Amino acid sequence: MVGLSAINPQFLYGCAGIFLFAIGLWGTWLHAHYVRKIISLNVMGAGVFLTLIAVAYRGENLPPDPVPHALVLTGIVVAVSATALALVIIRRLEDAANE
Amino acid sequence: MNLLDGLWGILDLLLVAVLLLLAMAAVLSSDRRRSMMLFIVFGLVLALVWARLHAPDIALAEAAIGAGLGGALLMATLRRDTHQQTDQFPQHPVVLWGAGVLVMVLGTMIAWGLFSVLPTVEQTWRKGAAVDAQLAFSGVSHPVTAVLLNFRAWDTLLELAVLLAAILGIRALGYVRSAYVTEVAFSQLAVWLVPLLILMAGYVLWAGAHSPGGAFQAGALLAGAGILLRLAGYSHAGLPTTRWLVRLGLVVGTGVFLLVGLGLLGWGQGFLHYPVAYAKWWILLIEMLATVSIGMTLTLAFMGGIPQKEAA
Repeated sequence: MVGLSAINPQFLYGCAGIFLFAIGLWGTWLHAHYVRKIISLNVMGAGVFLTLIAVAYRGENLPPDPVPHALVLTGIVVAVSATALALVIIRRLEDAANE
Repeated sequence: MNLLDGLWGILDLLLVAVLLLLAMAAVLSSDRRRSMMLFIVFGLVLALVWARLHAPDIALAEAAIGAGLGGALLMATLRRDTHQQTDQFPQHPVVLWGAGVLVMVLGTMIAWGLFSVLPTVEQTWRKGAAVDAQLAFSGVSHPVTAVLLNFRAWDTLLELAVLLAAILGIRALGYVRSAYVTEVAFSQLAVWLVPLLILMAGYVLWAGAHSPGGAFQAGALLAGAGILLRLAGYSHAGLPTTRWLVRLGLVVGTGVFLLVGLGLLGWGQGFLHYPVAYAKWWILLIEMLATVSIGMTLTLAFMGGIPQKEAA
């Protein structure tokens, strides 16, 4: 129990974010289908956001840093609009291929 | 106290393990539909992680935008006519695992680099204290909203411009064949949920001044209402049927933000430098109009562009 409490959440979640980035990179790189590339790309983005928020975390009793929070908030909206544009392009390509 | 800390430690490890496993499964699963489902669940677990890391604003945005809207957008690309959609990795297993090892080595190097640099830059790099010190002059009492709409309003303006660029791109591509089915059963649900979602959007927007919430979360809730209406069979998803009103709605967030900035510049205040006494009202005006634009942009993005009537 004492050993577990020594885990620093900033380090744990920061590393988790970096490994999400790595997993997403793997999928974006090797998947052939575009929709699967987009899902993987979003996993990559989530990893970057998680690392930023982990770094902004300053412990149980301290308020976190609001600047990375604002960056991630805008990042989520930008990511979803980029995803929407990419998906419409993919649907358009598929429609064109079927015509 | 020690026991409680230990429990938090276990919870942290559990959350991280579930998150990483879901990401692996979403990336590696060969069934496309299952991969999308896993990605949505991944987003919901991520929202829990944000809540754990004291980021309630992002938890709200992730649940509504990341998991909710992102999931809806992905599902809209599924075709009804093709039942089995499998995506095997085309590469040889050796290439696959070699690449896996390579990205994990890269990840370990980035983690090692970040956490060896972090303690030394920690003090000079953080801007949290500066935000706290200036918060009284920002016009709002919630630090994240203060950063978004006052201290770094530039970023937020450019971000709204990115959204506008994305929707312009989507509209330029023309109408795409929708993959989803409209369900009459949804219309009953819509009668109850749409007014509730609009009410919630209004509350979340207002609450943003002093607690978690704001234009992005409110806009996402409005988009949720729009998507629900679209799924219930309303071809315009509650959006105006006149073209110029749609166009006005899409640009009004970015446009008024920019005009306020330029107006303040002309007034001798500097670009987006609100006078302290009126900051709250300028921020509220910009946020209200940004909410409308974000809601409309995300709804149109789900519909794949121009409503059918216009396209015909």
